[in-house]
Amino acid sequence: MSASTQLSPSSTEGGSTPSANTLSLGGTLPKPMPPATLAAIVVLGAGTLYALDAWSLPMLAVITIVGYMVAITTASAFYENGRKAKDRLVTAVVYTCFALAMVPLVSVLWTVLSSGLVRLDGYFLQVSMNGVTPSMDAGGAYHAIVGTLMITGFAAVVSIPIGLLTAVYLVEYGRGRLKQAITFFVDVMTGIPSIVAGLFVVALWIMLFGPGKTNGAAGAIALSVLMIPVVVRSCEEMLRLVPNELREASYALGVPKWLTIVKVVLPTAIAGITTGIMLALARVIGETAPLILTAGSSAVAINWNLFEGQMMSLPVFIYSQVRMGGAINYERAWAAALTLIIVVMLLFFAARMISRLFAPKLGR
Amino acid sequence: MTTTDPSVTAREPQGKRRVGDVVFANSAKGSGILILAILAGVAAFLIGQSYDSLAANTANFFTSSEWGANTREAPAFGVAALAFGTVLAAAIALIIATPIAIGIALFIVYYAPRRVAAVLGYVVDLLAAIPSVVYGLWGIGWLVVQLVPFYASLETYLGWIPFFSGPVSTTGRTMLTVGIVLAVMILPIITAMSRDVFQQVPQSHREAALALGATRWEMIRMAVLPFGRPGIIGGAMLGLGRALGETMAVAMILSPSLVISWFLLQSGNQTIAAHIALQYPEATGYGVSALISAGLVLFAITLVVNMAARFVVSRRKEFA
Repeated sequence: MSASTQLSPSSTEGGSTPSANTLSLGGTLPKPMPPATLAAIVVLGAGTLYALDAWSLPMLAVITIVGYMVAITTASAFYENGRKAKDRLVTAVVYTCFALAMVPLVSVLWTVLSSGLVRLDGYFLQVSMNGVTPSMDAGGAYHAIVGTLMITGFAAVVSIPIGLLTAVYLVEYGRGRLKQAITFFVDVMTGIPSIVAGLFVVALWIMLFGPGKTNGAAGAIALSVLMIPVVVRSCEEMLRLVPNELREASYALGVPKWLTIVKVVLPTAIAGITTGIMLALARVIGETAPLILTAGSSAVAINWNLFEGQMMSLPVFIYSQVRMGGAINYERAWAAALTLIIVVMLLFFAARMISRLFAPKLGR
Repeated sequence: MTTTDPSVTAREPQGKRRVGDVVFANSAKGSGILILAILAGVAAFLIGQSYDSLAANTANFFTSSEWGANTREAPAFGVAALAFGTVLAAAIALIIATPIAIGIALFIVYYAPRRVAAVLGYVVDLLAAIPSVVYGLWGIGWLVVQLVPFYASLETYLGWIPFFSGPVSTTGRTMLTVGIVLAVMILPIITAMSRDVFQQVPQSHREAALALGATRWEMIRMAVLPFGRPGIIGGAMLGLGRALGETMAVAMILSPSLVISWFLLQSGNQTIAAHIALQYPEATGYGVSALISAGLVLFAITLVVNMAARFVVSRRKEFA
């Protein structure tokens, strides 16, 4: 990293020799200079904005970033050389890019947390919207939580066996055209827009049961279309990591192939497979669009039956509350969003923890 | 590499086939074929259900912008404005997200201290874990409020550029807001792909550049970016595919109208996916069938983009 800067002579004394001219190494800015400049500009910018009575955080950020880029580039161009000035400018730009990405993340989490806590309590989690008019100061998301668990649970029951068996086929059995076709179309399936998956089930349901039939199972099938390719991809990667020696040792003991897979290959890869499945669940649990089309968007009562009647889910609950548009509806939407984010984050971190704690030890 | 292909290298014992083996092998193969059947089914059912309305349509499906499909008598609808809006929103998102994503990937791989780099990678991945409906809620609840004054000054100073001409929407529910939210959503996808290729740049290339006296930026420009270009392009196209199909953020933020408009700061335009989500609950007559036809167009667009992305990425693997 700092190797190139150490090469440079300590001052400009050697600048007259031809070799130094062609390399144009020049001097080096002292190491504490960039952070010091940054701090000075923040203080200066904040002071100026405060004095002009135009205080705003985004303004300060813009002034700081632009000011720092100009200052460090000029200083570097003056004391070092053009190439290093460019390097320092790019460094500032790259840091800015990362900081920019943190703005939406922090602000999403912060707004959801602060607005969601207003209404999120035991009551909200334990009652449904049955008999509650939209602007009444009552009601909660229990029916939506039930729906989310039922629909995602059923989607998982459908997708995990199909996805896992397909991954086993691709890694252990598949060869030739069929394997290539499946690999390619699983990739294609990853890119299906969620609303198209919803429309697919709508079309399927119209053919099977006639128009206007919405129920939880339809939503679960739509989610499965989105979940299967993710499960296949991650399971396939994990199965490929299982060392071949294990399989060969098992064959050498006369164990049939299917028992080798069930008793040796899958247990070795189980941590990675679990991680992949949880990440896939985290992805589909927040899907909204297919559920609006398939499971309906107007259910208010608790529904434990996947095959009869509309079923609410947390994401659709957020959406339908926002569509109603009143202040109290927004409060409910924020509280439901906080619940949903907590569930997703739990899945996400649990997945990471499992993969870290139980990863197969491949090194010797 | 630790990845191997056991179907080629590890030979199962040859001999009499056991019942368990036959059942297991066939159920594995059956699941694979089921996936192909599902995908074929998606295409077939969409085409089958859209046929009704397309046959009855009195307007040109591809050049008309109106949506008079909720009737049994002479429906007239088309996807021109919807397709335009879809592509426009995704294009804005891509233009905003790609440079930032490259910057983030460079930061994580080459600038951040080695010890925190992996954690920062997770943090960016968290952006992908947030559900799109939450992004939509954040967009209308927080982002538009911040953007309205910004849009006003954008119009004042850059209003001479046709995209930014006024009158500025006072609610901020415009195409540019949608583009910004979509950019946030596809950022982690492009970052992840770029990060992967940047990590695969041969160390010898980078060391050679540094040994010749290159600064860090020159090393990146000469050794990293040329090597990583296919990965960046592939990642950008995967992000594009996601942005094209994104529904909830658009449906919640945009105040729609079925026109073709280049004015990003005024309300207007609409995307296919959001149109389907908004219209479906009220669809009657040929309505559902017409929405399925619109979905078919979206399916076709994303299919082409995704296949192109996979092609670009896989070609890199062959030559690298």
